[in-house]
Amino acid sequence: VSMLLSDEAAAPPEARGRRAWQPVRPGRVAAQVFMIVATVLWLVPIVFALYVSLRPIADTNKDGYVSVARHLTLSNFADAWTQSNMLKFFVNSAIVTVPAVIITLFLASCVAYVVSRFSFKFNVALLIMFTAGNLLPPQVLITPLYRIYLDVPLPGFISDSGLLYNSYAGLILINVAFQLGFCVFVLSNYMKSIPAEIFEAAMVDGASLWARYWRLTLPLSRPALAALAVLLTTWIYNDFFWAITLIQSGDKRPITSALQNLQGQFVTNQNMIAAAALMAAVPTLIVYLLLQRHFVAGLTLGSTKG
Amino acid sequence: MAQVKTELSSPPGTPGRRRRTRSLSGRDKIVLALMLGIPVLADLVFIWGPAAASVVLSFTRWTGIGGLHAQSCKPGVPSALQNGCWFGIQNYHQAVSVYPDFWPAVEHNAIWLLVFLLIATPLGMLFAVLIDSGMRGSRVYQSVLFLPVMLSLALIGIIWELVYSQNYGLINTVIGRNGNNNAIDWLGNPHLNLWAILVEASWRQAGYVMVLYLAGLKAVDPGLREAALVDGANQWQTFWRVVFPVMRPINIVVLVVTVIESLRAFDLVYVTSKGNPLPGLELLSVLVTQNIVGETQRIGFGSMLGVVLLLISIIPISIFLYQSFRREESSP
Repeated sequence: VSMLLSDEAAAPPEARGRRAWQPVRPGRVAAQVFMIVATVLWLVPIVFALYVSLRPIADTNKDGYVSVARHLTLSNFADAWTQSNMLKFFVNSAIVTVPAVIITLFLASCVAYVVSRFSFKFNVALLIMFTAGNLLPPQVLITPLYRIYLDVPLPGFISDSGLLYNSYAGLILINVAFQLGFCVFVLSNYMKSIPAEIFEAAMVDGASLWARYWRLTLPLSRPALAALAVLLTTWIYNDFFWAITLIQSGDKRPITSALQNLQGQFVTNQNMIAAAALMAAVPTLIVYLLLQRHFVAGLTLGSTKG
Repeated sequence: MAQVKTELSSPPGTPGRRRRTRSLSGRDKIVLALMLGIPVLADLVFIWGPAAASVVLSFTRWTGIGGLHAQSCKPGVPSALQNGCWFGIQNYHQAVSVYPDFWPAVEHNAIWLLVFLLIATPLGMLFAVLIDSGMRGSRVYQSVLFLPVMLSLALIGIIWELVYSQNYGLINTVIGRNGNNNAIDWLGNPHLNLWAILVEASWRQAGYVMVLYLAGLKAVDPGLREAALVDGANQWQTFWRVVFPVMRPINIVVLVVTVIESLRAFDLVYVTSKGNPLPGLELLSVLVTQNIVGETQRIGFGSMLGVVLLLISIIPISIFLYQSFRREESSP
């Protein structure tokens, strides 16, 4: 596991020296043509959305969307931002995503630490329970969960709906519970690779169980935690299903699920829809540009996540 | 993952490496119980509890209003008067016999799975093999092909609507079918829309599979390939007879991801249909939501559809668990 996390694994293939395994020339040309075509095709929807978002609606109404631009403007972005109260949706995303990621990593690392350091009989059963839970389609849970959320009261200072339903707390909780399994699986594998001698030495020095977890295991697991943090942030930010089903009020929804409402609001102005959608993608694009290595490391670490 | 695990578990003959609780102080025992207890409770309450409740509720008829009771629903009494009663397997029976959306949904989920298995996954694998061969520009290709994996499916649905739109969309304009009479309704026509959505889904899935295979390929010992080539095998033979079998753990992960993603398919369809039922796009996951949200909740029926998903997903989940945990079970 740790091998997959190292920088070497994330480096591009060229960096690892030429292989003896080079395709013959005609094959290489065909491969290049294939990859160039695929890459261009892959970019088309994104570039087209960007192009649409940069053009004034007056122009596109007149010339159609597939035409040479007379003007390029950022006004669609500005209009979408101000007319839809988009800041509010981004704040909602942060309110849900940040605590959910922190709580998930904390709880998952607790379980992973115990399971990797103590040989209880039920360790494997526990890991199976967490891992399998993460692989279930969310729709298997949603019907009873929806009823539970409608029936569980929360004090007003936590939830202004007075219920688990339609509250940030409820959305955070389900994201935590659902992602827990994947993180337990990845972290327990990672922590098993930490040499037992380190813990034995700490125990001789009289370090408590908590100290061995907090001061020893967590710092040593930093690469795995970083990779998972990036992955979880992206997944929870991108969550659509839980927010659509468990948050009723449009103004409480995080940005990913609020896009649905924005689409209705701007239904006559595709340029603004494109601009709003691209703005919603900005946080994940930042991750893509700066932290892609961690994201890929996290994915390949566990590779269980659907 | 599997290879890593063997190397990590302590070798036989060195028992007692991992501690039992005997040596713990009272305070440590409380900490240990909390560290384990809280996450386990969260998992049971929010995941396994509802999953089990789905199974129980799937045998009832319930609108969610009023209580549940153990009496059987009486045949011949209007359904409005029968709420919260025990319905036996009637929900299942109705689904397969009279509910018009059930079989189309099963068919569409199956098509989804086949397209992922036969198109998106091989495409992703091909991308990975070509990129891993160290071809020029591989870094750029990898970055671009991976980009959709970062985007939410809701967002993907929205940007593809610009491509597919009937009157102003990219495709219809380019092929000259954006007129009012001959425009192709890619997302509305029930014979086309599933395939249009599957292009969007595959656009993302191929990049996902590519990343998984890139990790798998990097873990393959280069000596194996060289040995095969020295022995006179060509590229094709080397890949299929040497490299592919060695990647077995990744192959299983990809297979499991493919099946699970096909069952979970929801966001793209929900965004495209604006949350309403759209002919041609029935999916089991969408039907579940339609039965619980809205004015007439059919909790029992919705749970039954969830259980159908559960029963199918047990297959890939078991395969994955078997591959991941069989070594631990057998080790002392």
